[in-house]
Formats: sequence, C-alpha cells, structure tokens
Amino acid sequence: MPRLSADARHTVRFILNGREVKGQASPRTLLSDFLRHQIGATGTHVGCEHGVCGACTVDVDGMLTRACMTLAVQVEGCAVRTVEGLAPAPDRLSVLQAAFRRHHALQCGFCTAGILMSLDVFLKAVPDPDEEAVRDLLSGHLCRCTGYTPIVRAALEAAAELREVQGETTHA
Amino acid sequence: MLDMPQDKAGEWVGRAIERVEDAALLSGGGRYLDDLGVKPGTLHMAILRAPHAHADIVSIDPAAAKALPGVAAVLTGADVAKLTTSLVVGVKAPVECWPMAVDRVRFVGEPVALVVAEDRYVAEDALDLIEVAYEMRPAVVDPLAAMEDGAPLLHHGFPRNIASDRSFRYGDPEAEFAQAAHRIAISVRYPRNSCTPIETYGLVAEYDPHEDAYDVLANFQGPFSIHAVISRALKVPGNRLRLRTPRDSGGSFGIKQGIFPYIVLGAVAARVAGRPVKWIEDRLEHLMASVSATNRATTLTAAVTPEGRITALDWDQVEDCGAHLRAPEPATLYRMHGNLTGAYDIKNLAVRNRVVVTNKCPTGLNRGFGGPQVYLALERLMQRIAVELRLDPLEVIRRNLIPADAFPYRTASGALLDSGDYQKTLEVGLEAGRLDELLARRDKARAAGRIYGIGYAAAVEPSVSNMGYIATVLTPAERRKAGPKNGAQATATVAIDPVGSVSVHVASVPQGQGHRTVLSQVVADVLGLQPSDIRVNAEMDTAKDAWSIASGNYASRFAAAVAGAAKMAADRIAARLACVAAAQLNVPAEDVMFAGGKIAARSNPANAVPFSRVAALSHWAPAQLPEGVAPTIRETVFWTPPELAAADEGDHINSSLCHGFIFDYCGIEIDRDTGEIRIDHYVTAHDCGTILHPGMVDGQIRGGFAHALGASLLEEYAYGEDGSFLTGTFADYLVPTAMEVPEPVIVHTETPSPFTPLGAKGVGEGNCMSTPACLANAVADALGITDVRLPLVPSGVAALIHGAEPPAPAGARAKPAPAPTGKGERLMRGGGRARVGAAPEAVWAMLLDPDTLAAIIPGAHDVRKVSDTKFTADVTLGIGPVKGRYKAQVSLSDLDPPKAVTLSGKVDGNLGFGGGSGRITLAPEGGGGTELSYTYEAFVGGKVASVGGRLLDGAAKVIIGQFFAALARKASSGKGTKSGLVSRLLARLSSLLGRDAR
Repeated sequence: MPRLSADARHTVRFILNGREVKGQASPRTLLSDFLRHQIGATGTHVGCEHGVCGACTVDVDGMLTRACMTLAVQVEGCAVRTVEGLAPAPDRLSVLQAAFRRHHALQCGFCTAGILMSLDVFLKAVPDPDEEAVRDLLSGHLCRCTGYTPIVRAALEAAAELREVQGETTHA
Repeated sequence: MLDMPQDKAGEWVGRAIERVEDAALLSGGGRYLDDLGVKPGTLHMAILRAPHAHADIVSIDPAAAKALPGVAAVLTGADVAKLTTSLVVGVKAPVECWPMAVDRVRFVGEPVALVVAEDRYVAEDALDLIEVAYEMRPAVVDPLAAMEDGAPLLHHGFPRNIASDRSFRYGDPEAEFAQAAHRIAISVRYPRNSCTPIETYGLVAEYDPHEDAYDVLANFQGPFSIHAVISRALKVPGNRLRLRTPRDSGGSFGIKQGIFPYIVLGAVAARVAGRPVKWIEDRLEHLMASVSATNRATTLTAAVTPEGRITALDWDQVEDCGAHLRAPEPATLYRMHGNLTGAYDIKNLAVRNRVVVTNKCPTGLNRGFGGPQVYLALERLMQRIAVELRLDPLEVIRRNLIPADAFPYRTASGALLDSGDYQKTLEVGLEAGRLDELLARRDKARAAGRIYGIGYAAAVEPSVSNMGYIATVLTPAERRKAGPKNGAQATATVAIDPVGSVSVHVASVPQGQGHRTVLSQVVADVLGLQPSDIRVNAEMDTAKDAWSIASGNYASRFAAAVAGAAKMAADRIAARLACVAAAQLNVPAEDVMFAGGKIAARSNPANAVPFSRVAALSHWAPAQLPEGVAPTIRETVFWTPPELAAADEGDHINSSLCHGFIFDYCGIEIDRDTGEIRIDHYVTAHDCGTILHPGMVDGQIRGGFAHALGASLLEEYAYGEDGSFLTGTFADYLVPTAMEVPEPVIVHTETPSPFTPLGAKGVGEGNCMSTPACLANAVADALGITDVRLPLVPSGVAALIHGAEPPAPAGARAKPAPAPTGKGERLMRGGGRARVGAAPEAVWAMLLDPDTLAAIIPGAHDVRKVSDTKFTADVTLGIGPVKGRYKAQVSLSDLDPPKAVTLSGKVDGNLGFGGGSGRITLAPEGGGGTELSYTYEAFVGGKVASVGGRLLDGAAKVIIGQFFAALARKASSGKGTKSGLVSRLLARLSSLLGRDAR
C-alpha cells in the first residue's frame, strides 16, 4: 500500500463512467467531495456524511460504495460509475430511469442518484427480484419525499423490462 | 393511483403526465445549491457549536484558529452582534434573539463562533483550535417543568419561561360544561421531530461595501416575510438584500425556512471577510440545531351528551418553542386556531395557549405545522369518548361531523370552511377500504390471542395560510397598535417572447413537488398549447421577480393559490390575444378559441391562425394591435383571497383559505414479545378539491404518510434531562425506510373549493395531521390503554404489555464516578485486562510519566504535569463521525504502588464533555510480566453523547484497548520506565475513560 503524505496533494487517476479522469486530492479528501468539487460530477449527492442515508452511493469496481465514507485516494486505478453514466445518451434515459419517471418515483430527486446506482447494480445481480428483495435493498437508502412505493414499483417494472430485453438479445 | 379521467380528455389539468423536472434529476443534472459554481476566491464557513444546553460563555479565544494558514476570519457572537440587530421575536417582550450566542448558550448546537477559510476542511480544522470556557447553568427541557417555581430561567424577558399566555372564549363553553352529561378529558404529549430533508441547508453570501448591499443564494423555501426579518437583522432596507434560490432543492417540508439565522451569519461573514462565503450544513448540525417541530403538552376536555355529541371543547395547550422564539413562531400554535374543532360541528370553545421556552433547538416550520399536535389530542379524545360512553368510535365521529349542507361553515373560532361533504368522503373511504373485512380480521386475530387494534381519525386539512393568523397571539389592543396583517398574496407571471413562445414565472420556490409541470398544464389548457410548449421558471430572485411576503413553499399553498394565480395571468393574456385574433379572423372576440396550437373561430375552426403569430404581434408590430387592446408581452397577477381577513376584536380568525378533509382508519397488530407494531391495513380518504395532477397528489399523500409514520413509530429528537441531545445521527434519529412504510389505500372524492381559481385545495400536509392520531387510536384499541406516547417504539410498547423493564442488577463496578451534572448523560461502564511484558514496578513508573503517557494515549498531545498526582492533556479523538479536541484534567488517588491506582478526571471540548474514574490494578505474572486489570465508569454529554450508545461503547473499548496495547509495547521495548510515566499513562487513560468510555 502506498504511503501518502498527509500534507501533500496527490494525483488520483481513475475511470469515471468509462473515461479516464484525474484530479488532485489530499489524503483526507472524501470521494464524495472529490467527485463533486474536483471532477465536477455533481450528480452524486451528500446527505449525511456518515454512511446511513445512501444518497452518495456509487459503484466502485462493481461494488456499491458510500462515496462519503471513501477517500478519494482509495479509488486510484478503479472503475467508478455514477448517476451521470446511467443514461445511454444525453437526451435519453435508461430503462430504470424511465421507469422512475413514469412512476413518479422521485420528488425532490436528491436521494435518487444513490438509489439508482444501488438498483442498477442490484438488478444486474438479481434480474428477477420480488418486492421484498427490492424493499430490502432500498432499506439502505433514505427517501423523505415518496414513501418508497413508487420506487419499488419502478424497480420491479424496470426489472421486467430489462429481462424482456435480455431475453430478446439471448434468443436473437 | 388515479388514471386519466375520461371526462377531462383534451385538457391537461387532471392528468398524471410525466414531470418536466425528472429527466435532469434522474441523470445527475440537478441544480441544487451545492451543484452551482461559486466565484473564484469564495471562502467556506464552518460553525462552532455549544456542547452544553445552558451555560455562560466565560471566554472565547480564537487566536490559534486565526493563526491557522488558510483561515480568513473568525467571528464570535459579539462580532456578529456589532454588525447586526437582534432577530425579531414574535411576541411583545424585552427579549433578544441572536443567530449566534452572545454571552450565553441556551441549547446544544447553538452557534458560538464561526470560521471562514479557504476550504471547508481547513475551516473545520480551525474550529478545533477555538478555546471556549463555559460556566454551566442548570437546564430545563420539559415544557411543563419550565413553568414551575424555581425552574432555570432562559430569558429574563420571559418570566417563568412563558413567552405568551392567552385565553380565548367562543360561544358559551362554561354553560355547556355546567350542564353536560359527561365531561371527558385527555392529556397528550406530542414529541419533537423533523421531516429532515436529505439535502441540508446551504448558502452563498456576498457583500458589496460600495452599495451596502447583500446578495445571498440559499435553499430557503419562504415564506418571504422572513426576507424582512433578515434585512432588518442586517440593518439594510429590503432592496439591499437580494435573496435568490436555486432551481432545485433537495426537499424541505418546512424545514428550510429555518435557514434564515444562518443567512444572517453567512452575510456578516462575507462582509467581514470581504469575499463571498459559502456554507453547506452537515447532517450532524442539521439534526442538532437546524429547526424542529414544536413539542406540545395538551389537555383537552369535552362536554358530551349521552349520545356522544360534543357541545363544547376546552383546550389547554403548552407549546415548547425551544431556546429562542424565532420568526414566525409561535405560529405553529396559531396556524390551527380557526380549526380547533376539527371536522366537527362544535359551537362552544375555550382555549388557553401558553408558549414556553426550554433548552432545546428552536422550532419552526415542519410539514403539518401545528396540525399533528392538535389532531393527536382531538382524535384521541374522540376515541376516549367512544370508550367511556361504550359507543362505536366511528359512530362518535359520524355524530359530530359538520353536515354536508352547512358549507361554507364558520367554525367557533372563526375559520370559514370552504366546501366539503365529509359524510360522503367517509362512506366512500369505508367502502373502498373494506372496513367490514378489517373488523372481521380484528375479531379473528383477537380470538387467536393476538394483539390487534383499529384506529380512526378525521381531520380538516387547512391550506393557504392567512398571514394575519399569527397576530392572534397578540391581544386585540396589541394588534391595533401593530397594524393590520392579513391575506395571502400569490403571484404568477406569464410572458410571451418575440417568437411567440410562452414562459411562466412563479415565486412558489418548489422543493421537489413538481410545480413546473403543473403550471405548464394549467397554462397549456388556457392557451390551447401542449405543456411542452410552456417553459416554467420557479427560481426566485427578490431583486427582479414579482413576490410578496406570502411567497414561498409552505402551508400547502401551491395548487390552491399559486397555480390559480398562473391561470388568472394566462386568462388575462388570452383575453387580449382573443381580441388581437378576432381582428385577424374577422369574428367577435367571444367566438375565439385556443386549441391545438392555433387560435380559431369556435364557429368555424378552419378559420384559424397559428398561436405564435398572434402571440408575437405585440413585439413586432404593436401598432397593429386593435384599438384599446394592451400588449400581450407579459402579465403578472397578484391574487389574495378576500376571505382572509384579519382577526376581529373577538379573536375570530379565518386562519386558512381552503380546508380539505381526510378520513383515515387502520388495523395494526402488535408483536406480543417485541412490542413491534405492524401496520396491517391503512386507508386514507381525501377530499382536496379539484385534483390538478393525480400522480403528484398521491405522491404528496404517500410522502406525508411516510413522515407521519416516522413521527408515530420511530422519530424523536430526544434530549437528556440536562439538555444533552441524544439523537444526533441518522443511526440514532431513525427515519422510516422502505421496509417500514406500507402502501396505504388512497381514496379520493373531489369537492372543488369555491374560493380558489382552479377549485384545488392543499393536500401535502394532511396525513401528517391524521396519521399519528389514527395509529395512536389503533394502539389504544389494541392494548386498551388511555395514555399513548409517541413515538411508539417497540421498547415502549413492550413496556405497555409487560410492564417496565427492571433495572439491570448491580455488578462489579469501578469506584464511583464523579457525579454527572445532570441525568441526561450517557453512562458507560466497562473493564478488561492486559498483559504487559515488564514488571509491575516498571509499569507503575510508566503510568506516572507524562512523556510515556503522551506516547501511548491514543490521540494525546501536550500532556502536562500539574503536580505529582494531577495532569492536564489535550486529546484528539474520533467517535463515529465526530472527531474533536478535548481538554482533560486527570488526578490520581488511592495510590498503592506498584499495585493499584484510581484515576479520575473530566474532559471538556467543543463536541462534548464527560468525566469518569477507573481503577487499575497491577499484579506480577510469571516470567517478569504484569497482568493489568481495570474497571471504569464514565459519563459523556454534549454532541458526543448524541452519536449513539453502540458507537460510544465500541469506541471506548477500542480506545482503551489501544491504550493498553501501546502500554504493553512500550513496556516490552524496555523504554520509558522513568518514574512519572505511569502517571502520564493514567492521565491519558483517565481522559480516555472520561471522554470516550461512555
């Protein structure tokens, strides 16, 4: 493990949503602050800075990670995915994002980025979840606007749609 | 969820279209405050907060903080006071209210000093270097105890801590109580809680010394009456305080009204630093010291006929507004003043309202705002009446509901209930939610020995507050002196640009509710366009936009007032466009219609011109406008309903414009072993007038329900008796997750309001009012109890079933710890053993040596020996998310060299305080080693105590373990055996014990 000087800033390089990025970070700089204020990827939000609310959840090398509990220097060389990387094109939405919009699964939208990341990773691992499993996953996130039901519905509908797409691809 | 109503096909209003806001929010393209760039050179603010609930500030030494590289300024309360005036206080009393403590702190978390520095990390570093000395005062946290003789006094201007004490009388309550067949009463406590938006407070402030003007961007939500409070505090006229809001806000639910004292701090900091200042509140600050709903102690008594008909009510409400009466308080207490008879036809009313201050966070807006407090008492009373008179609770509700033919109905205290058919909504709700099946389920569960209960609640949901209701706290004479206050100015602007495209601007400051989408529907309907043709901007800028004191996002005023104002603005422009088009179409203006992007003759739709062509005419060829027709470029409407008059001499007040109706019922089951409550079935029937967007209405209901569920079952801002704040993280202040929130059955009826342009009423707060009462009634029914305390956490419910848990048996413990200063601190006990590879004599010497102690105490720096048995130390330690510096004072006693010693000490820091003692014994072990065993007992208070017992216990164990591990290493390495080391170690240990070994 490299030793980093506490007083110095270090160059951190990693893959963000498929593109290499780099920036300068002190060893104590949080990944959440680094993404938002150094890289400019402000879609990842900070809600509690103690790992409970889940708003800052990102995907680091396929692992769901609280960006507020991770140091920027820890993602050196990693592949990081954030909400900015979900849509297939700037003017389109992914299947999951579109389901959120149809079901009014967001109101203020502040917690949404973390929830989308969790569901995105979860649905890849569990393509056919039941409601209980979705609720269990969502229990790692706090949403104060929606009462959660529309999020659950959107997730289940997106899962079904993704299975259909997957099935077509497989059978083709 | 409602589907698109068929009868409204062709109209956009009433359809659950997708929100225009969502694509950006779903893609990381939000524009929340902290997403917006700042000017180069912007500084960052951090705030030092009081660890004590009540203490005099003896001294503040900012020198070390100021000397830290990167720090631009450090301000204390005195510095802030020099550049400002006190915030206004909502009652007539000689009391000041500063945004930062001056001389004295009155709640845990009160700002004591602020730092502005080049970045937030440095600013927070500097906080640790500010040295504050406090002289503790006794604290009071219970509102009833605060009024007692000898209670600690918070403000000299509030004798007995009472800020206001008013009594009201409507009808002839005394006569009704004198002749009543039954007199039935209930006492309830509504707890402190908050809707805790996931985005915290944030602001960027700037000062222009040349024009003596402030420019502040903040995620403030209104009401903009607060703008006047801020500019007054900053000693500038309103036109020199430009207050702006970003496009997106991460939720508010009332809470972001409470940012205003921080706007004052940020503005002053920017002025002193000479550069823009940014501040983003962190979650710990938010939970501890942003704002809270009021907690309230209520005794409510009814005069009741043998049939269960209520003839009079007597309210005794004691409202706890926390340490300062900040604007607009005591509004929480008066928001419901016209609605104290709820959904019932009760003509006689007596009210005593007292407002008290206690050593807790000041209160402010929070979803429901006064409604939860009122309905918990009123609807619990309805259930008690049923129990005491052996009636069906549903029947008691039915017998008292306001008759459907009585609207508009004037309540005893003056509210004018606009419309409704409460009986119909109730029956539709019963049918749709299948009460009969629920009753059968209860019978079956009970027959099987399970604990099951059913609860009901009926509530009138007020919306669009009368800005004059707050003045009801004043006497009529005081009101005459203060000048008239009434109304609820709403504003909207519709504008057409040179290519004929339509923009809308409102001052509704949405916090996630989708205002932009709904307004595009409303205006599209008027102008015959698609919602996607309309661009809505809801950002707010007091320097440029139309606004008034009632602007903002509160009191559920959007659908009823703001959307209505937008319709009126669109109607006015449409009327003029019709005249312009009529001239071109050669038809009378009355024959002109707007449809499909065209303006056409109703009698001959083929005779049409494109909307944009007519719309642009005022820009390109104003001379072509028909005579007498004003340009169609921009129309701003200000609308205030005439029904919202000021309070009269008899203290009658129409506190709100619209009144929705809610009827809720539910079945709950309680786990006999754990006390956990499971909501089996929840039905909520609403009449919120005309529904503008069914998806959003149901979203508001679900969201309000989830908040209410949290308030009922989980959430409380808990304080120790000494005022220590005990729920300072989201691991301690538990809010519902997807696992706890069931989907309620939502039922709608629609009785349009005759007083609003679109017939709509507010809907966002109703379940916060009805649901806590409904769940409490179900628990009362399940357990057959009278006194139901919220939140109904499993341990509390289990105690109701099994009796309170006996205290833990007294076990082996250390020598008594220094007595805690109050009963609210967290107490910790523990002990352990360690093996050290040195003889007891060597270990003993290490424990008495400052240098060795400094080397092995986790986080220690600067250990000083005061005498042979007294040491001081500075220690930096992190517990969970809370890291801070502490000053420790340690003394050694009962020295029995080299066998045993007792360490006792106390620690104090900006994040908390504590004390404790530990007994260490050393015993020789084979091979020249020592077995060291220890026991300790300690207490912790302040912010550190709020991070949660599990964290503290764990942290204590880890830190003490680190200490002994380091001791063992040091001893084994043969170094540091000089005399005094042990004492140093002990000092360190003691400081650890005192502070961390909670």
